[in-house]
Amino acid sequence: MTPVSGSVSSSDNAIQKQIVLPWSKALEIAYRSIYVRLGRSIITMSGVILAIAFMMSILANGAILRHLVALNDPQINYVLQQEGERTGTEALVDQGVKQEQVWLISLSLLVALIGIVNAMLMSVTERFREIGTMKCLGALDSFIVRLFLIESTFQGLIGAGLGVVLGLLTAATWKTIQYGCPAMNSPAVWGQLLLDGLFALAVGTIIGVAASIYPAYTAARMAPVDAMRADE
Amino acid sequence: MSQDSRATVVRTENVKKIYRMGKATVEALRGISLEIYAGEYLSIMGPSGSGKSTFFNMVGGLDHPSEGRVFIDEVDVAQLDAYELAWLRCRKIGYIFQTFNIIPVMTALENVMLPMTFAGLASDDARDKAAGLLDRVGLGTRLHHRPFEMSGGQQQRVAVARAMANDPAIILADEPTGNLDLKTGHEIIALLREMNQQNGVTIISATHDMKMLSVSDRVVWVRDGCVDRVELREDLNIKVGSIEGTE
Repeated sequence: MTPVSGSVSSSDNAIQKQIVLPWSKALEIAYRSIYVRLGRSIITMSGVILAIAFMMSILANGAILRHLVALNDPQINYVLQQEGERTGTEALVDQGVKQEQVWLISLSLLVALIGIVNAMLMSVTERFREIGTMKCLGALDSFIVRLFLIESTFQGLIGAGLGVVLGLLTAATWKTIQYGCPAMNSPAVWGQLLLDGLFALAVGTIIGVAASIYPAYTAARMAPVDAMRADE
Repeated sequence: MSQDSRATVVRTENVKKIYRMGKATVEALRGISLEIYAGEYLSIMGPSGSGKSTFFNMVGGLDHPSEGRVFIDEVDVAQLDAYELAWLRCRKIGYIFQTFNIIPVMTALENVMLPMTFAGLASDDARDKAAGLLDRVGLGTRLHHRPFEMSGGQQQRVAVARAMANDPAIILADEPTGNLDLKTGHEIIALLREMNQQNGVTIISATHDMKMLSVSDRVVWVRDGCVDRVELREDLNIKVGSIEGTE
């Protein structure tokens, strides 16, 4: 038996292993995928935005209050007492985030997490054929996992960023209205807010990544033959 | 040229597929042995439920047989790991689907470039080659259109270009004309035939579209999980005439 066509010759007959694509390629495709489905992504993101905004506003409120108490200005102390806050140096010790607030923040983060898992799972189901097609074209499982991880990380990061801004604006505006300019005009309080902001950003991103692990795994596990199914 | 002098590109040995549905077992394939030669245009015909699709998926390395073996280029598909299977799908086989399956977030050009990206081709080379392929299927002016901006026939043309991206040995076409009208279906069939004749790529297509018969070198009729009969084109000509007459 001798081959007649150029496409099947004995020299290129050996099966090789598929190469693993660099992250940048997955990044490129994931970015496009979010861009095209922007409306959908924003809805997914809104859960993170709200949860992180809530968290950030509570953190920022705490930071600003600590700063105001530390100022120990008689006029501000009077307003603080009117608002039911404790004043004086001993108050500084426990003027952090309160226990019930920690619970509230945790709950809101949990809701955001479940929201993203749900949205990503729907997105996977919706894109079964697309994923199957990619696998038929030679995509490795790891590539599909990366695609969904990146997409979800993007959503977590951008959502958290917007949430931080939203929460900070709310807290800062409200405290300025309550206590006037001294609330915000110190570098120390801004330094603290920056730290809190970075923390909230990290939390939001981690939620994004954590939420995509299960959906990404589900997507990668599907058989390429599913792409052939016409009845969907 | 006689069939015997050709290289075998796909070979199945007594392939069986058994599905378990609860306690009942369904035998979708009851032992199919078939050789598919390099450069031929083969149609697998059969009514739905005949096991045609199951067999087709086996041939394309998309499904594992319960019994028997499938060889693609003399390599037992069951022996391949995930990386080798992905490589096989990427380089050796081009897939065309009934539902076109153009990646919706990408333009025509990007869709054709995708298999080349998976194969590790540099972006610029991939872009040039993809543009050339799209030009060849008659979409040279629509490189940057998205699937929803194209008709079904145009999408299937993109799919043909995409299937040819890595110069595969085989193109697997699953009901390629199933979602197309008569005229567009004819055009896609002609296009596949052209690729077959000019590039020597083996075309394997599962279909119940009688239009396919006239271009096929061989037709394998599948019924009840067995090969009912295999017909050469020479034997088909007269029948095709009568069928087309009734259309």
